[in-house]
Amino acid sequence: MQSTMDISFLQSKALKIRKQILTMVHRAKSGHVGGSLGATDLLVSLYYHAMQHDPTRPNWPERDRFILSKGHCTPVLYAILGDCGYFPEMDLETFRRPGSHLQGHPFQPKTPGVEASTGTLGLGISTALGMALGAKLKGQTQHYYILCGDGEIQEGQVWEAAMFANKYKLENVTAFVDRNYLQTDGYSEDIMPLDPLAPKWESFGWKTYEIDGHDYEQIIHTIATGKQHPGPVMIIARTTKGKGVSFMEDKVEWHGTPPDDESFNRAMTELNSQ
Amino acid sequence: MDYKKTRKGYVDGLIALAGEMPHVVVLDADVAKATQTFEFEAVYPDRFFNCGVQEQNMLSVAAGLALEGFIPFASTFGVFATCRAGDQLRNSIAYPNLNVKVGATHCGITTGGDGASHQANEDIAIVRSFPNMTILVPGDYEEARQATLAAARMKGPVYLRFGRDSYPVVPEIHGSFTIGKALTLRKGKDITIISTGIMVTEALQAADDLAKEDVSVRVLHMPTVKPLDEEAIIAAARETSGIITIEEHSIIGGLGEGVAGVTSSACPVPVYRIGMPDVFGESGQAQELLDKYDLRASHIKRITFQHLKKYHGSTGKI
Repeated sequence: MQSTMDISFLQSKALKIRKQILTMVHRAKSGHVGGSLGATDLLVSLYYHAMQHDPTRPNWPERDRFILSKGHCTPVLYAILGDCGYFPEMDLETFRRPGSHLQGHPFQPKTPGVEASTGTLGLGISTALGMALGAKLKGQTQHYYILCGDGEIQEGQVWEAAMFANKYKLENVTAFVDRNYLQTDGYSEDIMPLDPLAPKWESFGWKTYEIDGHDYEQIIHTIATGKQHPGPVMIIARTTKGKGVSFMEDKVEWHGTPPDDESFNRAMTELNSQ
Repeated sequence: MDYKKTRKGYVDGLIALAGEMPHVVVLDADVAKATQTFEFEAVYPDRFFNCGVQEQNMLSVAAGLALEGFIPFASTFGVFATCRAGDQLRNSIAYPNLNVKVGATHCGITTGGDGASHQANEDIAIVRSFPNMTILVPGDYEEARQATLAAARMKGPVYLRFGRDSYPVVPEIHGSFTIGKALTLRKGKDITIISTGIMVTEALQAADDLAKEDVSVRVLHMPTVKPLDEEAIIAAARETSGIITIEEHSIIGGLGEGVAGVTSSACPVPVYRIGMPDVFGESGQAQELLDKYDLRASHIKRITFQHLKKYHGSTGKI
């Protein structure tokens, strides 16, 4: 949305979003804080800088799209959509509650700003590629951004999608792997090794970059550079799960466990002092 | 009797649609020569996408195309569309209620020589259990063509079920195809036969044979398995003494259980389900397998006489 890079603006947004993530999951007593905190800087870079979008026109045909393929990280997506004004921020209080439009995993028909229904892993990237192919068929030029988890890309469907994007030369696609090395059951290289990861994507025909997923300048610069490439782009973003809350950082225990009152208060105190 | 392929009806329907509906696109997963969509590709190469052996990716890609306003027809064998890619059918398509049509060929035991791994006998059961889905099971080539047109013209996800073999042409079912409506092919008062798909020929054969023995048989053909024509089922239950269903599908979860589910609360009558028993199929020629698993008019007649004897103490005179 912003034409010039204002790092302090992005930092202030990220701080607000991280507090909102903790508040939502603590209130719901259910949800995924670790991955949401870790992906915050990527989504902030997209929604507050890289993407052309207009919350007052959620169905504007030529808006850029973001598809959360790692669908369990709805807290970060909803917090940002609420902050942008896609729906009233007070709706965030209904996260994961009966009757809410804010389902545990993204449900496109109900939530303004959610572009695709995802949840079971591996589906979102394929759906996004179908959308990107559709845009090309219509002669539209908007861009499609995808966030996959590193655990998620153990799914075979992701590699089907990787081949598909290469075949149809989907230059309107930029995907990220949220490379935090942690998944539900532990360290990714113990559960199912992924490294060396960049050569895998390169060999599937994707222009691949490796960056620090918390460095706004790197994120934004790489997105802009990648968009010049005449094919699909993968940005492997090294992130820290639980980023921003010291006792949650790099701890698999915070993948899907909501904070209790004590942990929540500690975390908020820490964020409030930043 | 003429024989034609239902899957050929599918592609002829697609080609007819493409001219009038510019957003119709077709996907396949490396079985275009089998599903027949290669004929669509020959006419509309820019609207055909071969996804390779990637049924899962194909169904999710189709969801994405639907989100951009296209009407994608994703084509593969029934066993792959519902079992291999069951998650994608459920979560990418059915749950968000997207306008994707799944063209599933090689369904049922008449898939034949490829054997049980490729014979989808449980696909209807799987898809029936997904909310938002419409299921169309046409009985011959022309009904398959019309079902394809009807699927494109409705909004929402549709599972279209076709076979591999050539099947008899049944002129009686070539009317205006209306989703959700049963066709009454024979009026009758003693017992009702409800067929779906290619079993319509066995139902008509049985009814005509039974008529010669003074049994008055109602024949309902139900090319829409979801939503079922409940009105026609309840009327049959009220006006005849029992219902025999016949489908080229497992007796678990298909048309028969659907019909029994309607009658059991609205008007309980005996419902006899003919279909594949709860076993996996095997290799063989289509006609041999229909004989072996007794998906035949003779089976309908046998059940009819047993029913009439049990409920009326006679073999046809009520």
